[in-house]
Amino acid sequence: MADAPQIPDEAETRARWGAFAWTAESAEKAKAIVARYPAGRQRSAVMPLLDLAQRQVGAETQTQGWLPVPVIEFVAGQLDMPFIRAYEVATFYTMYNLVPVGRYHVQVCGTTPCLLRGSDDVMAACKNRGMVKGKTTPDGLFTLTEVECMGTCTNAPMVQINDDNYEDLDYDSTVRILDALAAGEQPKTGPQTPKRHTSEPEGGPTTLKEMVQANHDYRKDW
Amino acid sequence: MLADKDRIFTNLYGFQPWNLKSAQARGDWDNTKDLMKRGQDAIIEEIKASGLRGRGGAGFPTGLKWSFMPKEPRADRPSFLVINADESEPGSCKDREIIRHDPHKLIEGALIAGFAMRARAAYIYIRGEFIREAETLFAAVQEAYDAGLLGKNAAKSGYDFDVFVHRGAGAYICGEETAMIESLEGKKGQPRLKPPFPAGAGLYGCPTTVNNVESIAVVPTILRRGAPWFSSFGRENNKGTKLFQISGHVERPCVVEEEMGITFRELIDKHCGGIRGGWDNLLAVIPGGSSVPLVPAAEIMDAPMDFDGLKAVGSGLGTAAAIVMDKSTDVVQAISRISYFYKHESCGQCTPCREGTGWMWRVMERLRTGDADISEIDTLFDVTKQVEGHTICALGDAAAWPIQGLIKHFRPEIERRIRENGGALEAGE
Repeated sequence: MADAPQIPDEAETRARWGAFAWTAESAEKAKAIVARYPAGRQRSAVMPLLDLAQRQVGAETQTQGWLPVPVIEFVAGQLDMPFIRAYEVATFYTMYNLVPVGRYHVQVCGTTPCLLRGSDDVMAACKNRGMVKGKTTPDGLFTLTEVECMGTCTNAPMVQINDDNYEDLDYDSTVRILDALAAGEQPKTGPQTPKRHTSEPEGGPTTLKEMVQANHDYRKDW
Repeated sequence: MLADKDRIFTNLYGFQPWNLKSAQARGDWDNTKDLMKRGQDAIIEEIKASGLRGRGGAGFPTGLKWSFMPKEPRADRPSFLVINADESEPGSCKDREIIRHDPHKLIEGALIAGFAMRARAAYIYIRGEFIREAETLFAAVQEAYDAGLLGKNAAKSGYDFDVFVHRGAGAYICGEETAMIESLEGKKGQPRLKPPFPAGAGLYGCPTTVNNVESIAVVPTILRRGAPWFSSFGRENNKGTKLFQISGHVERPCVVEEEMGITFRELIDKHCGGIRGGWDNLLAVIPGGSSVPLVPAAEIMDAPMDFDGLKAVGSGLGTAAAIVMDKSTDVVQAISRISYFYKHESCGQCTPCREGTGWMWRVMERLRTGDADISEIDTLFDVTKQVEGHTICALGDAAAWPIQGLIKHFRPEIERRIRENGGALEAGE
């Protein structure tokens, strides 16, 4: 099992987050989320609502966001479920940050398909910028985590930073991306090799070549 | 090589937009109503006849699975279709391409499959890390509602059907069908004991079928072109086309749709530009995602990439995700990293898995450096046998098999490291 971090629930956290409530925008989203599940089954919405709450905390703190205990209590209250059941969910899934993170959460995939294609170099590029696994840099900019398979194995190695993937990386392209983020710019997302669109073979597809230029309809050949 | 006209996922690489208008121009949502008019039982029979086997790894016949659902659902116990888009098996990255580039194939398939099994709604459970992919999927579902293809009288078929998207939050185990159902209910994703099977009591205690994204997304095309078309590809018991994902040490890794049973050599030479450093440089392949045992070079080269072909070489097709390793690979490290993955992803419910995955990983790390005794290889093998088959779900098996495969095929390499490290003598004293 994944190692659990220590959950901060000091008076300070409670003082800062005890009055957490949805913003008007979040409240509207929360309503739409709960409506996806049958009446009386609102508890199904706990995962999306925890995500929504984390994002709101992120917006308020200029980070990826995290889930202070009072915020989890708030979500549980919204769904009329015992706090401990929501807490159980928050601690089970890895995408809920239980401690504060930086502006950018740098999640380097280290599982075998990425390992074979050079994830050690990606990790080295992060470390050489002063990042330490499991920690946030002193300037609050980057938090580094090694994560398990992210499901982009034919574009390995990769890193997910907040909501975007950067794929087909090497040491230099990783440095470039981190530099851009630190400078407040948005680097190109997706594959970093110039000759690749998505998951086709680099240099151009071996199949379905008509699709590159136009929305080809293959039905006429059926 | 499969002809382009026989490929189902024509926008696989996303060169063209995923939206409804573009998807319709490619043939999706073309008179869906008429496909549904054939009737529920006829659709199930057609899927059975096509030979389609589940694309999520286990390979259970899809049509047969649907036929387990109640023919007359009770009003207070509606049936559900749950679509497994929790793609997390290391090596696998095909469902992602369907979702972000051809989402309407999946949504149309959800309606038809849901109708055939008499479900009231489908929930698509997409892994949390597919953030942009989920944005596309939410938008595509909304497009379908706006066009009257979902909801009341979906696609003017007279059938009411809803499709909802549910995002996960980072837990490999939720790809197991009963863990997925628990997670959808707002709980920890820990697998349930079976029986009852989901078709009897699944989501909210109601009859439920869980299908993989690819299994559902191919359904509309199979119905349009007919079962004989689909079953004209591949060998007996291994029919159809399939999305293959090739990662690791090939010249050009990629996702590609091919005929089932294509040989490993043809797959790599045609689409991946060969093995890095040439075929003589191939060490081993994990042919079906991290859970299946690796296969040494000599045995995989000309093996047919299908369920039976890979079973015959002591492995499995799994999700058709081939992880290729050339001779520069530290094969013990490669497998040890997989062991770490399973340790990280064990849900902690069953003791053999909770304790065993960590124990196996720690021993694997010592074997990697040679800091072990020769006898520990057998001990490790014994422990994998104690984990295998003794847990509620297959994660325990999945953690055991890669190690068993390594010991079976690379025992001399492990022994060499121990001898060179001098560990055999020290530990033996």
